[in-house]
Amino acid sequence: MPFQYVFLWTDMLFYVLIILMVVGCTGGRKNMMLVSAWQYIFRRPLAMFSLVILLFFMVIAFLDSIHFYPLLYVHDSGSVYATRVQSLLDFLVAPLGRYTTETYSAPFKLFIQPITNYDLCIGIVLSLLKGLLGFLVVFFLMALMLFFKGGRHVSGLFNDASWRAIFFAIFYICLRVSLSLYVSHYFYIFGTDKVGGDVFYQAIKSIRTGMVIGTLTTLLMLPFAIFFGTIAGYFGGWTDDIVQYIYTTISSIPGILLIAAAILSLQIFIKNHADSFENLAQRSDARLFMLCVVLGLTAWTDLCRLIRAETLKLREMDFVQAAVVMGVSRYKIIIRHIVPNLMHIIWITIVLNFSMLVLAETVLSYVGVGVDPSTMSWGNMINSARFELAREPVVWWPLLAAFSFMFVLVFCANLFADTLRDAFDPRGSSSRT
Amino acid sequence: MLIVLKTCVVILIANLTWKESFLVSYIIRRIFYAIPILIGVNILTFLLFFTVNTPDDMARLQLGNKYVTTEAILHWKQANGYDRPAFYDSEAQGLKKITHTLFFQKTFDLFTFNFGSSQQGRNIGYDVMHRMWPSLALAVPTFMIGLAINISLALLIVFFRRTYLDLWGLGLCMILISISTLFYVIGGQYLFAKVLRLVPISGYEPGLMAIKFLILPVVIGVVSGVGAGVRWYRTIFLEEVEKEYVLSARAQGLSEGVILFKYILKNGMIPVLTSVVVVIPTLFLGSLIMESFFGIPGLGSYTIDAINQQDFEIVRVMVFLGTLFYIVGLILTDISYTLVDPRVRLVRSSP
Repeated sequence: MPFQYVFLWTDMLFYVLIILMVVGCTGGRKNMMLVSAWQYIFRRPLAMFSLVILLFFMVIAFLDSIHFYPLLYVHDSGSVYATRVQSLLDFLVAPLGRYTTETYSAPFKLFIQPITNYDLCIGIVLSLLKGLLGFLVVFFLMALMLFFKGGRHVSGLFNDASWRAIFFAIFYICLRVSLSLYVSHYFYIFGTDKVGGDVFYQAIKSIRTGMVIGTLTTLLMLPFAIFFGTIAGYFGGWTDDIVQYIYTTISSIPGILLIAAAILSLQIFIKNHADSFENLAQRSDARLFMLCVVLGLTAWTDLCRLIRAETLKLREMDFVQAAVVMGVSRYKIIIRHIVPNLMHIIWITIVLNFSMLVLAETVLSYVGVGVDPSTMSWGNMINSARFELAREPVVWWPLLAAFSFMFVLVFCANLFADTLRDAFDPRGSSSRT
Repeated sequence: MLIVLKTCVVILIANLTWKESFLVSYIIRRIFYAIPILIGVNILTFLLFFTVNTPDDMARLQLGNKYVTTEAILHWKQANGYDRPAFYDSEAQGLKKITHTLFFQKTFDLFTFNFGSSQQGRNIGYDVMHRMWPSLALAVPTFMIGLAINISLALLIVFFRRTYLDLWGLGLCMILISISTLFYVIGGQYLFAKVLRLVPISGYEPGLMAIKFLILPVVIGVVSGVGAGVRWYRTIFLEEVEKEYVLSARAQGLSEGVILFKYILKNGMIPVLTSVVVVIPTLFLGSLIMESFFGIPGLGSYTIDAINQQDFEIVRVMVFLGTLFYIVGLILTDISYTLVDPRVRLVRSSP
């Protein structure tokens, strides 16, 4: 075996999430209401542009979620693997992240390898051409896919402007990736931090942390919110009272305090059971996972309340009444007739929560109850760099890198969320008045 | 004693007009509803702190070294009142089975505002009373100025609706929302305190001199909230614009400015109220980030310090107070609702 796979909980859940997304996309094609809502989104160029960027971040996060120990050498008594966990992303972007220096260095100040200006220019042009080639390949593949797999049906959902936005985004990403990968052979693009680590590499590795927190939190809380919300709304009576009591109690606690309290307790738990984790990666992963659980614990109450209210409304609808008369069992009614009609609320919650959670991670890491200090995240980058602006000369690049990466992700998510909300919930729309 | 209380309430209600009496009985009912919620919150925090972090662990943490004898732990537990069973004492008699427990004692102390002492031996109640004022001095101006600016900007955008100003304003709001609060804090501190040297970087002084320390955090607090605030109030006011009374006011030939400030602002304040009143009591707790970044000795930085030092007693008290203030906020929201909107009744109309 050229590698040894490392099992991490958040990785598993991330795979589950991606499988669910694929299943949801293919399964949702038949639902007319969903299709018309998505059609509204697909015809917005700005939304499609941000969707492509979000998907790109998602791909990076996915590549960064496949962890393994690379094989060092084969010995007589067996194979010897490296002690540091690596991800597929590390492998693909190598040598990015392999180089370190002693201490701070400004962006583009230090040469990793010496190179003449002439060679550098040639290299940049070549890398741009490579990016262009990559774009053409993607373009060709997409065209091929549309041609064979019911292209008319799919392409009818989009319009010219949104196609242009999509391809522009892909074009931009291809060139940018190719250029950055080339330049990172010779320079530290975002400089280096206090111990000489590559800031650009840290910012890229932080994408996974941000995406995991933004998506897994909602994924983890969804089953509970849907289950309790629907049974409270549909059964009423004492079930309703108990569910309402539970979510009122939890939502009465100020969110950040509940998170802090829970993380503090878990920190001690992890400390007391340190021997149940095989390595550092698993321990910091456990903390990331717990952070998602705790964030989900505070976030599910709002969704549960919305779902309960919607279920109360749906319960009186004719099609539900018809199902009751025909003797369909209550749980079947909830699963078959009520849950599919809640999808718009769920979609809106997923996307709106996402940017909120990505931003929350930085604040929590600052407070000291965020992700493990050994996990690379934007919050940790900002936290460790917050006194650097007071230095002379000013060290601004770690902050710039963390804030700009975070801004791009959150801005795209917000743009997309706005369009999504307009599409699924015309009443609360902000731009379609 | 309960009977005395009850007669007092009855006498109180009898002397009020019918609307006021509804209000009073409603408030009393809501206060009684709040008790199970507060108990629930206590159970939750108790479970979080005492099952994961047992008194034995706490004793070990306090006594400091790894080689602590069991006697020392027992002694510490006895000295600090942690030697009782958690929820149910099977050895005690009668009602004491429940009252002679750690949970009951801790909860009872909280409900009587007897907060005990922190791990460093300071009285938490005393600290809370003293740290409340700097928190308020920061939170109240941030809240008031923020509210005023958000509402006026939202009205301005509504006034110029469906123009480029609307579009660009919304775009700017979107950008402001997407930037982390930490960026405003770090950037603001760098620009105004370090480069321009207009204000001190951090610190606090009681009295009027506090202004020079508070002005930057207030401005940053307002700026970081402006994006979300303007968008939120804009949707509220736009919903009002569509209504028929606005159409009739316009038909009467009133100018757009009069309609905006006299009609839409007044009616739009009702939904604004619900989102605003609930926040007011929680202003006491202060802002975690602002206070710790600017070195203001309020309750927010108190909480952060407690979290960093893993001082569970303080965190428990703050969770309790936070919940209490939130519930008070909810009750105040309902009351203010009836005061501004005569259509809203507190009693459920019988079917």
